[in-house]
Amino acid sequence: MNMSSSTRRVPLIERPEFVRVAAPLAVGCVLLGLWEWLVHLYAIPQYLIPAPSAIAKTLVTDWDLLFSSLLITLKVTFLAFFMSVLIGTLVAFVFVQSRWIELSLFPYAVLLQVTPVVAIAPLIIIWVKDPLPALVICATIVAIFPIISNTTLGLRSVNPGLLNLFRMNKASRWQELLRLRIPTALPYFFGGLRISSGLALIGAVVAEFVAGTGGTSAGLAYQILQAGFQINIPRLFAALLLITVAGVALFLLMVVLSRFALGHWHESELAPET
Amino acid sequence: MNTSPVPVVEVLSAEKVFGNGTRALDPISLTVQPGEFITLLGPSGCGKSTLLKMIANLIEPSEGRINWWRGGHEAVGKPGRKLVFVFQDATLMPWARVAGNVRLPLDLAGVDRGEADRRVAASLDLVGLSQFGRHYPRQLSGGMQMRASIARALVDEPDLLLMDEPFGALDEITRNRLDADLLRLWQEKNLTIIFVTHSIYEAVFLSTRVIVMAARPGRILREVTIDEPHPRGEAFRVSQAFAGYARELQHLLVEASHGAGPQPGDVVAGEPA
Repeated sequence: MNMSSSTRRVPLIERPEFVRVAAPLAVGCVLLGLWEWLVHLYAIPQYLIPAPSAIAKTLVTDWDLLFSSLLITLKVTFLAFFMSVLIGTLVAFVFVQSRWIELSLFPYAVLLQVTPVVAIAPLIIIWVKDPLPALVICATIVAIFPIISNTTLGLRSVNPGLLNLFRMNKASRWQELLRLRIPTALPYFFGGLRISSGLALIGAVVAEFVAGTGGTSAGLAYQILQAGFQINIPRLFAALLLITVAGVALFLLMVVLSRFALGHWHESELAPET
Repeated sequence: MNTSPVPVVEVLSAEKVFGNGTRALDPISLTVQPGEFITLLGPSGCGKSTLLKMIANLIEPSEGRINWWRGGHEAVGKPGRKLVFVFQDATLMPWARVAGNVRLPLDLAGVDRGEADRRVAASLDLVGLSQFGRHYPRQLSGGMQMRASIARALVDEPDLLLMDEPFGALDEITRNRLDADLLRLWQEKNLTIIFVTHSIYEAVFLSTRVIVMAARPGRILREVTIDEPHPRGEAFRVSQAFAGYARELQHLLVEASHGAGPQPGDVVAGEPA
């Protein structure tokens, strides 16, 4: 950790943006060092717990294999996420058209949500021949619920005063939707996106575990399964690491999107000063 | 100058009983002439907001009727018959800049861009917010948000302005300044204003006529004409005449709430406490 070049104006160590990055990074380095040291100290065999250095080495040597698997997992994730946003938003719009529709359909959305995807994945894989659509459907089932519930809530959370204002100005239904309901729903929608993006990845991995698709369409879950069978534990860890990194990246992407869309007005994105 | 003798609003024995059986208003009759500044003053639960909302056509009277410029509500909104409601809260869209909020009525009505820009600028200027068009509502103080709300009302060039305790949430100093500015606008724009308040001083300072209302059931107790020429300034606030009117209204309000402690049914829909 290099802190010698700080000083001058505000010392680097006192800047909050530096601390926010450096502090967790330091903790990570210490933990990794400890891990490496303990593995060597007790001579723990690689098939139980590989040292971080061994995992890193595998990541480099198996990069082609792991990277192509990562791309496949990401493809499923993004397709599922996209479908969730598309269908989930449409369903939310249908729900807010009338209480009747929502009351009669919402329980089924919940049903979809509470059914474990591992339990229905085999069925879907039987019904849908191609592995890719089957995986996307499974992951979509996992990821869609937060979009539906959050967007529905958002579209309903219109300030009654503003609604009166629109009605008194004889706003059309379309104007009301475009200028009032959608902007009101955006913060809720982005909250849904954050949850849903993570779930899409989880859904993609879980579905692939169940499907066990190998060959050219082998995602990271398949690599983990294979590595487990072959007791290639460093590769298992490397695949796991890639999934984690992908999840974090996805989350950060959502944060950036949300800030981009809401940063100028919504409380959740404002600095706590003022 | 609009000197037409057609009354702006005629409330003809309008009464309101809510669905749960709560009698919010006994039959009420009230005629508002062009250029008047009417204040509805009364304790909470007296139905003043309900009456205002009936005049705004936000609530239908259970019995009786209301005429606008001698006609039904269909003709409201045409030139010379524009009615605008100002809410208790500023009711601004947090995602739109102040100028965007002010131009909303024009956008909804499809007024063309240049014309809208011009009217928004003029309107912001009237309320003293010309420097704040590019700000977001959260960046403004409560008083300035209320000014933005009034600018949005003025952009529609209203003939009748209905205001439901618009300055109730503001501190007294801010409220006094806004009251003075509102009076100036009322004169400049030849507005007719119906204003709900529970502040005696606000009622005396602003009104040409104060309608004192009583609760349970909501009814008009008395009308008091404030016979003081406009423009009214700070000198009026500290004058003998002002104190006299305030005392008179104070007595009436005591009478209005005589023996009326909190009762079941105190919470009346459309009449926040």
